[in-house]
Amino acid sequence: MSALITVRHLVKRFGAKIVLRQMDFTVETGEFVALLGPNGAGKTTFIRILASLARPSLGEVWISGFRLPQQAAAVRRRLGVVSHQPLLYGDLSALENLQFFGRMYAVPALARRIQEVLELVGLSARQRDLVRTFSRGMQQRLAIGRAILHDPDLLLLDEPHTGLDQDACDMLDTALKQVATRGRTVVMTSHDLARIQDLASRFDVLTAGRIVSSRAAPDLPRDGLLAYYRQTLEQQRSPNGGGL
Amino acid sequence: MSGLTSFLSAMGAVIWKDLRAEWRSREIVSAMLVFTLLVIIIFNFALDLQPNIRAGISAGVLWVTLAFAGTLGLNRSMAVEKDRGCLDGLLLAPVDRAAIYLGKALANLVFMLLVALIALPLYGILYNTNLFIPGLLLTVVLGAEGYVAVGTLLASMAVQARTRDILLPILLFPVAVPVVVAAVKATGGFLAGLAWSEIQPWITLLVVYDVIFTSVAFMVFDSIVEE
Repeated sequence: MSALITVRHLVKRFGAKIVLRQMDFTVETGEFVALLGPNGAGKTTFIRILASLARPSLGEVWISGFRLPQQAAAVRRRLGVVSHQPLLYGDLSALENLQFFGRMYAVPALARRIQEVLELVGLSARQRDLVRTFSRGMQQRLAIGRAILHDPDLLLLDEPHTGLDQDACDMLDTALKQVATRGRTVVMTSHDLARIQDLASRFDVLTAGRIVSSRAAPDLPRDGLLAYYRQTLEQQRSPNGGGL
Repeated sequence: MSGLTSFLSAMGAVIWKDLRAEWRSREIVSAMLVFTLLVIIIFNFALDLQPNIRAGISAGVLWVTLAFAGTLGLNRSMAVEKDRGCLDGLLLAPVDRAAIYLGKALANLVFMLLVALIALPLYGILYNTNLFIPGLLLTVVLGAEGYVAVGTLLASMAVQARTRDILLPILLFPVAVPVVVAAVKATGGFLAGLAWSEIQPWITLLVVYDVIFTSVAFMVFDSIVEE
């Protein structure tokens, strides 16, 4: 395996506030990495930097051999992003949304690719309906379809389960598993530890602006993610933990 | 795909998306149009225009109306992108961001010209003025182009703020003063039947403003929308 993402000494500041502190992070091709952490830990900021939507203040970020932000266009071609917002136009149909983003990414054989993606996310029957008539779960499934339309190497997911009911979460997880089994690299933030334990191959805990612990899925006992996460945060809060 | 083809394709996709979404919702044009018609009617009742001052006052009323209506449209056009996170979706695309800017600006220009196209006949009837003068129509196109060129750029900046609705006019009106003044003077000149030589400096100013501000916006849009 080779490193798809390499982050070295990443710092992100907003004015006087430091959100990411000398952060190091590496993801191998084909890994499904779950980024865990409390609110305000810097997860969303980190995902936005990887997505080239925000600039690092200091440090190096490399994706697929391209450096951010200098080679952002080349990186954008290789990544798909799903956030808690759908990034879709409510006044366009599902089909029109995918047609629009397909044109923006210059997807070859677009009509056929759109039908493949709609089939994958289970929305073929609703493709001509306006997105604003979709449930939140359907919008998130279409958001995954938009993110994988151009067949990216890397998927970045920022709390995609937010606001979804149990059925919608199940459908989203099914779509994510299908995406992951096709060999794509995934980095996902989530607070839903029960769900993410079944999805990810590695769990990194991000708190106070840096990765403080990392554990491969096989090294955790079944249903042991919550205990691992709590223990890691406790260690950081203790006087000798050094994190907070 | 070559760079230019890719650029034009992305720009065309943004225009297609904005026009298609507006055709469905009619949010932007209907708000601009209702506002424009109301202002024209209110000014018509408020001002008792004498024939000797009609040209100057009418031109001012026309451009104040179009400028305010344009601000409504510009705000809404960018709010649609921000509200559902769509701006991030646009910025994630591997295209030159100047293509996104030009696509948005051209769609906004279409909305503003559409409003002008509907408002001008009514305006002509209420103010008893013939507005279908080729030079005047050219002035409307040039004035609207300058206004949306700088307005689209500033709207993309204002939309990042919580106070975006009030921030855009505060940012836009001072910068748009030259284009509004030139458009009012040129429109007044055409309505008063002045010679081309007297109107030409204002038309030249409009063209220069359009070229400069479209070029500046084209170059700085990427920096403006990035965190």
